[in-house]
Amino acid sequence: MDFAVDLAGIILGGVSAGTVLFIVAVGLSVTMGLMGFVNLAHGAFAMFGGYVIVLAMNRADINFGAALAIGFFATAAVSTVLERVLYRPLYRAGELDQVLMTIGIIFIVIAATTIAIGPGSQTLQLPPALDGQLNLGFVQYRTYSIFLIVVGVLIVLGIWLAFERTRIGAQIRATVDNRRMAESLGINVDRLFTITFAFGSGMAAIGGGLGAEFLGLDPQYSLKYLVYFLIAVSVGGLGSVTGVYCASLLLGLLDFALKLYVPKGGTIFIYALTILLLLWRPQGLFGRRDT
Amino acid sequence: MSDAASSAARDAFAARLEHPAARALIRRHRLRWWEVLPWAAAIVFYLAFPDYLGFGTELLITILFALSLDLALGYAGIVTLGQAAFFGTGAYTVGLLAFHGIWTEPISGLLVAALAAAVVGLLSGLVLLRTSGLTLLMLTICTMALLEQAANMAHDYTGGFDGLPSLPIAPVFRVFEFNPLYPNTQYLYSLGVVLVCFLFLRTLVYSPFGQSLTGIRENLLRMHAVGSPVRRRLVICYTISAAIAGVAGGLWAQTNAYVNLSVLGLDRAATVLIVLILGGYGRLYGAFIGAVVYLALEHFLARIYPTAWQLGLGVFLVLIALFARNGILGLGERLWRGYRARRAKP
Repeated sequence: MDFAVDLAGIILGGVSAGTVLFIVAVGLSVTMGLMGFVNLAHGAFAMFGGYVIVLAMNRADINFGAALAIGFFATAAVSTVLERVLYRPLYRAGELDQVLMTIGIIFIVIAATTIAIGPGSQTLQLPPALDGQLNLGFVQYRTYSIFLIVVGVLIVLGIWLAFERTRIGAQIRATVDNRRMAESLGINVDRLFTITFAFGSGMAAIGGGLGAEFLGLDPQYSLKYLVYFLIAVSVGGLGSVTGVYCASLLLGLLDFALKLYVPKGGTIFIYALTILLLLWRPQGLFGRRDT
Repeated sequence: MSDAASSAARDAFAARLEHPAARALIRRHRLRWWEVLPWAAAIVFYLAFPDYLGFGTELLITILFALSLDLALGYAGIVTLGQAAFFGTGAYTVGLLAFHGIWTEPISGLLVAALAAAVVGLLSGLVLLRTSGLTLLMLTICTMALLEQAANMAHDYTGGFDGLPSLPIAPVFRVFEFNPLYPNTQYLYSLGVVLVCFLFLRTLVYSPFGQSLTGIRENLLRMHAVGSPVRRRLVICYTISAAIAGVAGGLWAQTNAYVNLSVLGLDRAATVLIVLILGGYGRLYGAFIGAVVYLALEHFLARIYPTAWQLGLGVFLVLIALFARNGILGLGERLWRGYRARRAKP
């Protein structure tokens, strides 16, 4: 019985951590799949959004839901400007220039945050409704973790529906498949890029806010979790929402379990597994072979 | 007769060699007068700034590390963020051998470090280089992280996070001792090692092998089409690059007399990439310019205003990526060409 409770705890904890990872990484996956842009600075948008959300709650006393919305729109707006000014000229450049520029953006964001807010870590005070324990019948667990899991499932469903059932989703799928053909058919690919980029950054902001409670939020955030975001995206497969969801949950579970049972250097298994998976399927678990 | 025909053919061949393009190709690899300058500058530095020799040693090691990356990234176009894996392998090889009292002779120690790093480079290259793009980038990062975690886990041998302190390193040629307070020996020893490695690399990149690497970078499909063994060339290049990075790492461990996990970190891999791009890749001397500019700025700015340094570095990187592709040397070359064109015009 104890074992079952432990297992349930690991699964709930791991899946909720994986959900946050997914919310941050899904935008990265879609923009990388769509534009082929190696955007290492994606975590910086998550961090920016996280700061907006936490500061809105702590300093302006705005409630959690409204703060998340503000974070989403503020980050989407900022990322639209950045996409137009900085990212667009490099769409056709090599990976190297893209890597370089996005590393530059990470440095700027780290320094700017340190100057503007300070080097310390921000703490998020959860609303009382989410801060307790919830009895699931067979096990008692943190309400917030269960809230995160539910939110994650809703987001996957929402994005999936948007991809499969809306006009813009069809345009995105068409552009991922064959950009030139899509352009020939009159799809405004530039506008599509801007919209997806803004949406992806907004999602990252929400992820940053939702995860602030247990991932922490400090100026080094985007560097600290960069490798995790990249693993989630490349293992899941570029441009695949379901793929990133599965990869994120897997990563969250593994990380949670390893930190519990192999506290020292247990992450070595994550890297080893990633290498093996990528060698077996270079395009990721759910990616297409030709991309 | 055939004599006349062959002499005509010889003349035609000689005439073809006089063609400007042919002359440029033939002379490409010849030493130019300015190639003495970096080495002369290194000697002047030794004589003029005896108080900064520690800094100078670090500079030389960074140059060597950036040169190793230039071979893989600049010449063969392998976009990697995991070069520190080999630097770290070299450093830990020297560190482990010295700390456990197995091998303290420095020059052979560097050779062992190169060998160890080459083995890691060969094994990882054999599997990694089947991929490209983001997957390759990820795999290089993961390989490096794997080694870092392994070094962290093998706490009993590697000292884990704290590393291996005060390594005993035997005197160079059994005469010149490493003195942590007066790093004259460290500086000259590093200079010699960098010079030897540089001459090797310079010969390599102008060889037919180096030419085929440039071909792979520029047009992969065509190289496949002309029957070049692309995979094998890339793996060999990656292995050599790893070996040189291993030498740089070994040198770092010997001159600092310690090793810790920082030699394997993403920070170090990102820094060397920045150094190389800053100077200009695919031209060997970019590593020199990039290392000098980066380390000088870091040395004087980062200690006083660490945040402003990071901000400035970030802005600098964005500007370089957007406007000055191929770094300071690329920019200088463009300005020089523009100047010459303007002078030639009127």
